[in-house]
Amino acid sequence: MSAQPKSLFEKVWEAHSVRKLANGQTQLLIGTHLIHEVTSPQAFGMLRDLGLKVLMPHRTFATVDHIVPTNELVEPYKDNLAQAMMDELRKNCAQFGVTFFDRSTGKQGIVHIVGPEQGITQPGTTIACGDSHTSTHGAFGAIAFGIGTSQVRDVLATQTMALGALKVRRIEVNGKLRPGVYAKDVILHIIRLTGVNGGTGYAYEYAGSTFDNFTMEERMTVCNMSIEGGARVGYVNPDETTFAYLNGRPYSPKGAAWDEAVARWKSYASDPGCRYDDVMKIDAADIAPTVTWGINPGQGISINETIPDPAKATSADEKAGIEEALAYMKLPAGAPIKGTKINVAFLGSCTNGRLSDFREVAKFIKGKKVASGVRAIAVPGSQIVALQCEKEGIDKVLAEAGFEWRAAGCSMCLAMNPDKLIGDELCASSSNRNFKGRQGSVTGRTVLMSPVMVAAAAVTGQVADAREVFSVANN
Amino acid sequence: MALEKITQVAGKGVFVPGNDIDTDRIIPARFMKCVVFDGLGEFLFYDVRHTPEGVPTGHPIDKPEHKGAKILLSGANFGCGSSREHAPQAIHKAGFRAIIAENFAEIFFGNSTTLGIPCVNAAREDIAKVAAAIEKNPSLEIVVDVAALEVRFGVDKIKVTQRESARDALVNGRWDAIGDLIDGIPAVQATAGKLPYMAAA
Repeated sequence: MSAQPKSLFEKVWEAHSVRKLANGQTQLLIGTHLIHEVTSPQAFGMLRDLGLKVLMPHRTFATVDHIVPTNELVEPYKDNLAQAMMDELRKNCAQFGVTFFDRSTGKQGIVHIVGPEQGITQPGTTIACGDSHTSTHGAFGAIAFGIGTSQVRDVLATQTMALGALKVRRIEVNGKLRPGVYAKDVILHIIRLTGVNGGTGYAYEYAGSTFDNFTMEERMTVCNMSIEGGARVGYVNPDETTFAYLNGRPYSPKGAAWDEAVARWKSYASDPGCRYDDVMKIDAADIAPTVTWGINPGQGISINETIPDPAKATSADEKAGIEEALAYMKLPAGAPIKGTKINVAFLGSCTNGRLSDFREVAKFIKGKKVASGVRAIAVPGSQIVALQCEKEGIDKVLAEAGFEWRAAGCSMCLAMNPDKLIGDELCASSSNRNFKGRQGSVTGRTVLMSPVMVAAAAVTGQVADAREVFSVANN
Repeated sequence: MALEKITQVAGKGVFVPGNDIDTDRIIPARFMKCVVFDGLGEFLFYDVRHTPEGVPTGHPIDKPEHKGAKILLSGANFGCGSSREHAPQAIHKAGFRAIIAENFAEIFFGNSTTLGIPCVNAAREDIAKVAAAIEKNPSLEIVVDVAALEVRFGVDKIKVTQRESARDALVNGRWDAIGDLIDGIPAVQATAGKLPYMAAA
């Protein structure tokens, strides 16, 4: 071990630093570039305008997720604009020699689910994607950045981007989560504590015994929403759980290369005693099933709390924030959030559209029915997740309960496809953002929660405590 | 690639009040179904500027007296949420060339700088001062001086801050890094050569 203990962030940053630029930023090597149809077409257009090639097509991987219809498999899609984006990505990948996990490959899905699934996401690497939820990949001990389209162009053309180093905040969660409390609740709780911009300028290192005991899918759920607290990057140090997940995946190293890779990956983990710019400690037992009541992901409360009252706000700013949120959400100040009527239940997204999410929901919803009047859709995060759910009969359990089982995509998380809220429908959603209009209707309302809480809301027709609905505490 | 040295931006200003104005609000996702950025300007803040029925709500940027404004003023955590460059692109295509806010979300700040849109931070009271001056006289010229880190309006001025790497890039005409990054390609290959996972399969 080197004399100076270092964090994973520092080690990965140093290993990928190409040189200092004149303005003080670093030209940082981006080992893995993931692209999708929404933020890449303009970047390819810029490459053409500048007469440039993709520098490392073998380190660039594409999938289609944001605009794909989840109930329409045959092209051309009814939505001409969606079809045009699909065609453009296909053309760009073919022309520039980029691997494309198209729907015909059986490997298509949300970009942040596909990368890990294929073993493309690896520890000690740098990853970029034109999508803010790229922080998901940090679950593997990668430093993964969400970037804009000009940077997509930069990475395509040079496999690098210009970036200033981030500070590192260690967020330690220790102890065992109470029954009915999930990784989603952990991150909603963290964002509630920090606020939506408390992480600006930071990379988050998630650690502590709670994270040590988490599966990779749970770690991904937490890292995924780092950006909702303002942190561009979130990661967990790689360990045996990480290696076990990656072993045998299509792009994982094989044979002797595997052993070398594991040894190298271990060396990237933060050294004991390394310096952090900030440390935050949370007791897992303090975390309850958490739901949002407002219009940003920091506006969350535990299921047994009441909706904030602007009259009790401690500052003018907070008061205005609560008033704006309640006016939009049409929720009464001071009332319990539990019992709020819902119209739509959405299971899916890069936050909670993985196999473990659907397995957990199926376990509890089996034999129950979605309440009448509730539109419920379940959207697997990838074709591979869909196939595995279908093998296990999860699709049937959900369908018997009254969920529509769809094809893989981002779907109603941001409603760039036909899956949208209508009017001021209120959606119990396992996604990541409750911004005004986020789910496709300018007056649509979103309440973020864990997948099992979405299931509880679906069967009761209201925001509910899944521990009561499914007798979780007794399990 | 010679880029303009952006030392200052001068023009009319418009204040769009509010904190945590996210990129979905700046440009709703449905307008991102496009393969070029052209035409995004008219959809800037679309769902705030229109009722669900499509009737204009009288948003500040639509007021006749603010037509042609080049400087956008807002609150805290401006541009939070998605990484979509469509957000600063829409702002740019709507004619804005600088943004003054209490602070900015990380990715939005970087995307804007790369497009040559200075984002400067000011204290809330100071933003209110500029906003009040604009309200009194919407034609007042506001000068965002990136080099001197101040905003001048009429006889008054306020101090602003900006991350040094961004200020340096703007005033020295290297806000779009692509040229520098391309120059570094030999060094990129050398760095990649030391990392086994970068090898061609």
